Amino acid sequence: MNHLPQAWGRPRDDVYGAYDNSHFQTAGPNQHTQSPIVTGTSVVAAKFKDGVVIASDNLASYGSLARFTDVKRLRKFNENVVVGFGGDVSDMQYLDRLLNSLDIRENYASADDPLNAKNLHTYLAKVMYKRRSDFNPLWNHLLIAGLDGEAKPFLASADLLGTTFSSPTLATGFGAHLAQPIMRRTIPDEASVEKVSKDEAVKLVKECMKVLFYRDARSMDKYSIAVITKEGVELSEDEKLENQSWAFAEQIRGYGTQTA
Amino acid sequence: MAAIFSGAPPQGGPGYSFTQTPTAVPSGERQHGFYPYTDNGGSTLGISGADFTILAGDTRSTSGYNINTRYAPKLFKIGGEGPDNKGARIVLSVVGFAADGDALKERLDTIVKMYKYQHGKPMTVTACAQRLSHILYNKRFFPYYVHAILGGLDEEGKGALYSYDPVGSYEREQCRAAGAASSLIMPFLDNQVNFKNQYMPGSGTGHNLKTKEATPLSRGHVEDLVRDAFTSAVERHIEVGDGLQMMILTKDGIQETYTSLKKD
Amino acid sequence: MFRNNYDNDSVTFSPQGRIFQVEYAQEAVKQGSVVVGIVSKTHAVLAAIKRNAEELSSYQKKIIPIDSHFGVALAGLASDARVLSNFMKQQSLSSRLTYDRAIPLSDITSRIADRAQTNTQQYGRRPYGVGLLIAGVDAKGPHLFEFQPSGVTQEMVACGIGARSQMARTYLERHLDEFESSSREELIKHALRALKESLSQDKELTVDNTSVGIGGLDESFVLYEGQDLTEWLDATFENREGGGDEGGDAMETDS
Repeated sequence: MNHLPQAWGRPRDDVYGAYDNSHFQTAGPNQHTQSPIVTGTSVVAAKFKDGVVIASDNLASYGSLARFTDVKRLRKFNENVVVGFGGDVSDMQYLDRLLNSLDIRENYASADDPLNAKNLHTYLAKVMYKRRSDFNPLWNHLLIAGLDGEAKPFLASADLLGTTFSSPTLATGFGAHLAQPIMRRTIPDEASVEKVSKDEAVKLVKECMKVLFYRDARSMDKYSIAVITKEGVELSEDEKLENQSWAFAEQIRGYGTQTA
Repeated sequence: MAAIFSGAPPQGGPGYSFTQTPTAVPSGERQHGFYPYTDNGGSTLGISGADFTILAGDTRSTSGYNINTRYAPKLFKIGGEGPDNKGARIVLSVVGFAADGDALKERLDTIVKMYKYQHGKPMTVTACAQRLSHILYNKRFFPYYVHAILGGLDEEGKGALYSYDPVGSYEREQCRAAGAASSLIMPFLDNQVNFKNQYMPGSGTGHNLKTKEATPLSRGHVEDLVRDAFTSAVERHIEVGDGLQMMILTKDGIQETYTSLKKD
Repeated sequence: MFRNNYDNDSVTFSPQGRIFQVEYAQEAVKQGSVVVGIVSKTHAVLAAIKRNAEELSSYQKKIIPIDSHFGVALAGLASDARVLSNFMKQQSLSSRLTYDRAIPLSDITSRIADRAQTNTQQYGRRPYGVGLLIAGVDAKGPHLFEFQPSGVTQEMVACGIGARSQMARTYLERHLDEFESSSREELIKHALRALKESLSQDKELTVDNTSVGIGGLDESFVLYEGQDLTEWLDATFENREGGGDEGGDAMETDS
């Protein structure tokens, strides 16, 4: 399956036949989003025994153009929750404003009972599902990372169709292909979450970011990473990939003019 | 215009090069770029007995060739008390588009809870079954893309099982398989539950053959059938696997079990 | 003859700064049979006296479980209470659906308070003729809120509203210090004793005319009526003469 953001929500070619691209051409009013414009690529996240790590790079692409190189795609909601956004950046900014207003409303109503990660995931999933049901989707794939009502690690996803699922490790977009298998090697199930420390989880997620930078053409080596534990959120928005080794590139054969 | 900006197009679409961008407006109906459905794979099955009903479903959730998660339940208790649905006596299973399935589950659950609040007694499975049909039918022009199976015990204490199509046609049955591997499981069930194509040994040949009459099966036997059905489906269908969730409904309530399936 | 010109609607102040319609609504609360509520560190309990319109009729509903974490007790117009409790049920279900969260009690209380207040500021509307005690447990622990037709709400440690509730409140004030550390059983006993105080001399608490609702940490709100109360009533009033069921007669009814 094609996991590029552009293909999200489209009928699968193998099931529904070749996609009719006629709307790329047509002028005139376009009421609803039919395709994302400025996009962010993968978000990756993994649970560990005391919390969750989540990361995404700081790039916003305009098609194949690396358009904005300093876009933060992790959003801290409060001391319990971080939301990671893949997909359309303007829809991300809309959701950001929505979360701001929700936060303000919540703080007026009940100051010492903040929404936890589970609450926020349920809410965002409802927003996404409502918008897809109105044929006006928010073209994003979200990861919601944090702690639930019992202060246990919580990680779940919601996408533009309103589909939701939860897993010890999650990745959106290209990460679903490239990062998930790497993370599942260390954290295959809920039981193994208990055996992973914060440092191990951070190392694992950083390793995935590196693999994604090597292989995903719409990625970048500057990224944000957040760790959510009982102590709160540690969010760093200007990480740089380290220890890159492009030696493998020399071994690649078969592209372009190089034949031997 | 958007073609220039949208980067990698879907397979078979225009390439990156501007020269390849189609310039003529294609004729024919303009198609929506957004398709509001997807298939999350998986399979469910239900069998009713004399005084019990069993519902089962695998716990894998997929999109395309990806596994979203190895644990996403497809079985939901309906109309119990509080968030854990304590004391529920009805179970709904949904397979197909998971987001619609969740929305359907929540609507039915709310309705059954409100029924109890307003009438002071729990909703019967028969009533709940008909209500579910209406919910699906009311959305027939933008359907919940799911195959639902509802299980419980009827007013006489007999196992009750109802199966639905996405737009609300429903029927009470002895057994039903739904979802990705339904075409693999259903014939097995026809043979093993309703004894289709089974004849009494030594009753003759040709038209003299006597069919083996279907009789209610024991609970233990049905549980074995369910497990066999799923372990077999896992072998032959890539969207089925990871875990098997079962709910056994008896007069004493709902017993829930989880056993793992192959994760490949 | 004096005639009050300022009580025709609920939006006009009297020159003394009073809104008579709202005050009359408070009177309707005082006509309802008594309900009390108490909270401890771990539990919130409601207890109520039920009336029956006549010997042959059933008893009036006094405690309504709303969600698995809280319930309300009412004094006054039962039909107004039903409308409010339906609204509360909807709101708490909607909180569970949109946020997967048990609605905070302070939240649900202020939502009905806002509705009640609207009735005192829009022409052609009538204040709710009912007082409520909202008791249960949320993320912040056990709570008890009092709601009045004026839209005033208060969080309480213990509270009694309805006919002759002053006697119950006097009992509650006398034992105020004991509530916080009370166990579940002790809290129910206090509530029943407070109820008993406000009963006239010839009346008794019976399994027929009493209702108890209780919620606690890790324990959902449950309503106890009928035979479920026998043990508690016996334990609370050990020295009373053989359990009579003559308790319910000759009391005025909830309108």
